[in-house]
Amino acid sequence: MKDQAPLLRVSGLTKTFGGVMALSDVGFDLHEGHLLGVIGPNGSGKTTLVNLITGFVKPVAGRVEFRGKDITGWPPYKVVGEGISRTFQMVRPFYQLPAFKNLIVPLYSPRVKKLAGGRYGDRSAVALDLLEEVGFERDAYVSYKKAGALPQGYLKRLELAKGMALRPDLIILDELFSGLSLAEVASIVPIIEKLKHQGKTVIMIEHRLKELFRIADRVMVLNYGRKIAEGQAKEVMESPAVKEAYLGSEAD
Amino acid sequence: MERRKERIDRGIKARSADIFALTSYREMLYLLIPGAIPVVGLLCFSPMLGSYWREVIISTAIYALLAMSWDMLMCAGLLSLGQALFFGIGSYLAGSLNYYAGLPPILTMPIATIGGGVICTILLLPVLRLRGIYFAMVTLVLPLMLSRLVEATRILGGTEGLTGLTPFPHPLIALFIIQLALLGALFGFRRIMGSDYGLVIRGISDNDRSVMSAGLNIYWYKAQVLFLGSSVGCFAGAFGTHMDMFAGMPGFALDYSIMPVAAAVVGGVGTFAGPLIGAYILVPLSEMLRALGALRIVFYGLFLVVFVVGVPEGIFPFIQRKYQQMERWVDVE
Amino acid sequence: MLLGTLIYGFVNSAILALLAMGFNLTFGISGVANFAYGAVYIFSGFSVWVILNTLALPYLVSVLIAILLAALMGLAIYYGVIMRIKGMPLSEVMATFGLGLAIMELFRYFNFVGFRYTIPVFFDGSFSVGDVYIDYQRMIIGFIAVGLTAGLYLFTNHTRVGRAFRAIAQDERTALTFGIDADFIGALSMAMGCGLAAIAAVVILPLGTIAVEGGYEVLINALAVCIVGGLGSTMGILVASVLIGYSQTITANYLEPHWMMLVSLIAIAIVLVVKPSGLFSHQKELEERI
Repeated sequence: MKDQAPLLRVSGLTKTFGGVMALSDVGFDLHEGHLLGVIGPNGSGKTTLVNLITGFVKPVAGRVEFRGKDITGWPPYKVVGEGISRTFQMVRPFYQLPAFKNLIVPLYSPRVKKLAGGRYGDRSAVALDLLEEVGFERDAYVSYKKAGALPQGYLKRLELAKGMALRPDLIILDELFSGLSLAEVASIVPIIEKLKHQGKTVIMIEHRLKELFRIADRVMVLNYGRKIAEGQAKEVMESPAVKEAYLGSEAD
Repeated sequence: MERRKERIDRGIKARSADIFALTSYREMLYLLIPGAIPVVGLLCFSPMLGSYWREVIISTAIYALLAMSWDMLMCAGLLSLGQALFFGIGSYLAGSLNYYAGLPPILTMPIATIGGGVICTILLLPVLRLRGIYFAMVTLVLPLMLSRLVEATRILGGTEGLTGLTPFPHPLIALFIIQLALLGALFGFRRIMGSDYGLVIRGISDNDRSVMSAGLNIYWYKAQVLFLGSSVGCFAGAFGTHMDMFAGMPGFALDYSIMPVAAAVVGGVGTFAGPLIGAYILVPLSEMLRALGALRIVFYGLFLVVFVVGVPEGIFPFIQRKYQQMERWVDVE
Repeated sequence: MLLGTLIYGFVNSAILALLAMGFNLTFGISGVANFAYGAVYIFSGFSVWVILNTLALPYLVSVLIAILLAALMGLAIYYGVIMRIKGMPLSEVMATFGLGLAIMELFRYFNFVGFRYTIPVFFDGSFSVGDVYIDYQRMIIGFIAVGLTAGLYLFTNHTRVGRAFRAIAQDERTALTFGIDADFIGALSMAMGCGLAAIAAVVILPLGTIAVEGGYEVLINALAVCIVGGLGSTMGILVASVLIGYSQTITANYLEPHWMMLVSLIAIAIVLVVKPSGLFSHQKELEERI
């Protein structure tokens, strides 16, 4: 498995915003079907990494290769077309629309048309199916409620559904678990595991380490824009650099 | 006993939902009447008017077309403060084709509409990447500048403009053309915005980041909307040219920029029927107040401010709500 | 010829900078739309005229009153109109635009049209630099423009109030948590912007007559400078004014005067193609604002 070419290869990615070095020389390989966890203190550049990979922000230096293709600096819609989708940390659905109508827009994208063999099909029906997959009860009214009336747990699921609607090969989840109760997280984890079983590759940016470590194959730690550790969850957490990043060093 | 006001759908609205409307003529009428009013009113009543009021109605229709073009652009979040740009370009295109190449209206108008749409889209393409405000600023400035440019460089007839252009064969033909175009725009735009495509467009206006991450190239869609809106505006200009047998600097006048915005705000932004209603209120009203001269624009300006601040929804949504829902007092449990 | 071009180009640039400054302060720096800017400009000019000719107060007093009136007008617009539709920039633009339009055309309706509507210059006469004659008024314009630009730059970067202006444009909620009264700061910005419009009016209008068309010209020019220089950047306004001002003067002197309008148009066109958000703009393109 290891000598197989990685699905995603990031190398030397650097981004500055004005005077702030958001990301500095970050690189990693990700193989198909794996789940990579990205962790680190706030402000360590995790979301910037996602923005760079998915094309929302252009890097100052570095490369992003997906299936061997150089997609560095590609606009978001082209990146999605290749098969990478993402969720947002700050969930902002179309509040005035019912939940299932929120999925119409992603289902309108060219990638969905291509994968479905040139025809879109009934978007509303597909939307309702997608919502059921992420845990919107089929017989309840919840899929038809306006997104503005849904609680956070459902909004996060909706966000996940939006990412899944694009049938990506790589899906990047930016702090999906934030703001959810333990029970809600426990109910979403099976959905992510199912994604893995389907052969999808996942990157998860998370703060809730316990839940993440249960499903992550590998973990990468960022701090102040640099990668300070990568590997199995256990060994990463033993690393002194990581401990210092999260907890600080002992006072003398 | 405490009471509160409740608003629920009218019985007839519920009964005419979906296929059940076919059960009785009353339900079918309920659904058809709102759409029939503009069709009947415009096409059947207007030919019966005397020639003075016919001119007013045609003028109103031109403004209504501009207002609908404005509304279409607004749906994608593009606030246009320069509808006169589209009107002027359409007007000059049709005028030039007629004046210099001798083409008849039946050719100049389609060419001016599509060609004008292409020109305007290309002109405004760079601004699409920026926030909506830039679009407003550039559209405000461009017609005013182009007008002064024509004046200074004396091209395309300069201050006198292009005169002696071909009119329509019969005033009633002109009336029908513009009314049909108006109805086409009304129903066409409403159809478009009611479809999934319309959802994407409104999504771009509401939350463009979300649409971008959904794999859609928002600039391409904005450009499409720009083309649609500007083509309709250019059509209005081309029509106006052959109506007045004249194409000139007044095509870029502030009137054509302000009036559609005021009409849309008064009637209801985003509804297309709203701008139509707004135009049919404001233009005849201002015509009747014509004696007051420059007060007309004061009037539009004030309407704009009052409605944006006080009645942001507009008239049409109000009427629509009354038609579809009723209010009643219920006891509080 | 060269000296004349240099000097008159400077004056032209100064005029453009003055016109754009107030608009940029309110709209670019504070994020409050004020498309009634042209109307305030004209209003100030007519105020001075009315005060001078009906109340017969001394010139300096009339000018100061007019500036004050303009600032009050700005406050009135803010509290009367903008407060009710805050947060919806498109609505702000439409409403202030409608208001400005109504005001300007009202002047036209009440027949404030004609050559008798002029206000006097501060100092009569001119002096010569080399073989070029330049009148005092134009020199005053130049000095005031430079002074105001420097003052504005210091104000927005080094004073608490000025930085508050920038804060509410960037993120109003965060500004509120810093104890900045966003409403008041917005109103202040509006008032200052209108005041600047009045100052510009008072020094520039003596060069000609006060005409309603001037209001539209002012809006066009201010917008053009802001589009080219980049909304919100004092440096951008400076550079854009100099660029457009000198290009216009050069065109007028060496080519034909009536091509001057073309210059602004070309400048806008070039900027839109090369860097749409303006030369010195802080605005990033859509992607970068995520």
